[in-house]
Amino acid sequence: MTFDAVCTIVSALVPPDFQRVTEMTRVKDAREVAGAERLHNSGLLLDLALVSDPLLLCVVRAAIERLTEVSGFSPPECRSITRAVDEAVANVMRHAYGGSLDKRIDVSCKRISGMVNGVHREGLEIELLDKGVPFDKKKLTARSLDEVKPGGLGLHFIRDSMDVMEHSHVNGVNRLRLVKYLSADGRGQKSQGE
Amino acid sequence: MQIAARRLDQVTIFDITGHIDLANSPELRKVLLKELKETKTPRVILNLTGVRYIDSSGVASLVEGLKAARDQNLRFILYGLSPSAREVLQLSRLIKIFEVFDNEQQALA
Repeated sequence: MTFDAVCTIVSALVPPDFQRVTEMTRVKDAREVAGAERLHNSGLLLDLALVSDPLLLCVVRAAIERLTEVSGFSPPECRSITRAVDEAVANVMRHAYGGSLDKRIDVSCKRISGMVNGVHREGLEIELLDKGVPFDKKKLTARSLDEVKPGGLGLHFIRDSMDVMEHSHVNGVNRLRLVKYLSADGRGQKSQGE
Repeated sequence: MQIAARRLDQVTIFDITGHIDLANSPELRKVLLKELKETKTPRVILNLTGVRYIDSSGVASLVEGLKAARDQNLRFILYGLSPSAREVLQLSRLIKIFEVFDNEQQALA
């Protein structure tokens, strides 16, 4: 899948009122408009299914980066969220699937809104699903950054980037939920949690 | 990711372009460790001007390169970090352990 193809998919799925980059608005006909409205009502912005081949990480990054751009996050936040999702998907490929190249990973992105610490917030929720080896909770503690050694940084990047990080393993499915909130003026900022 | 080597007197400059991620960081690691452990070039410089993205596996490859350089008493230098690459090294608090310069002239000085 080319980068342009990814952009086209993102453009078709993102509701027009959620797009702040007008050049990304490519809804061309009634069928696509109707689909976008339905997706808007459901909150779904983007749904990706991919195989666990690291060559596809660049495709995921391209899609998430453009989605965060049109969602109103600042450039550093777009990079930060993209990095978090990239690291999360890479962790699934490397740890949950042990390097197998043909396993399925689902990445879905939704627009969310609601009360957070008594304040109405809007944001982006990203959910990763896989059927690999369950999370090892012992490894879910990011390593000390005082250690100068390779490895173990991905989890730190995810936690640093996102406002919420939750994981579960139910019926053989690993679920990782990441959330990043937009601030009231449409620019994201770090919050203390949900 | 593409890697091109320029070999000068006592210096090798690797011009790296593209994204460094899980798909290709093993290749970067292999190239760096060969240069540092086998060729033992006194100064190895990475031109990252064309690198738009580095993930944690890429950072790990850079750390391995730095450790190999220190073991051999060689210099391992980075220059031309993009905002994304600089953010990753700052986030990991590793930027302070690398020799980082803005441009090639400074890296060669």
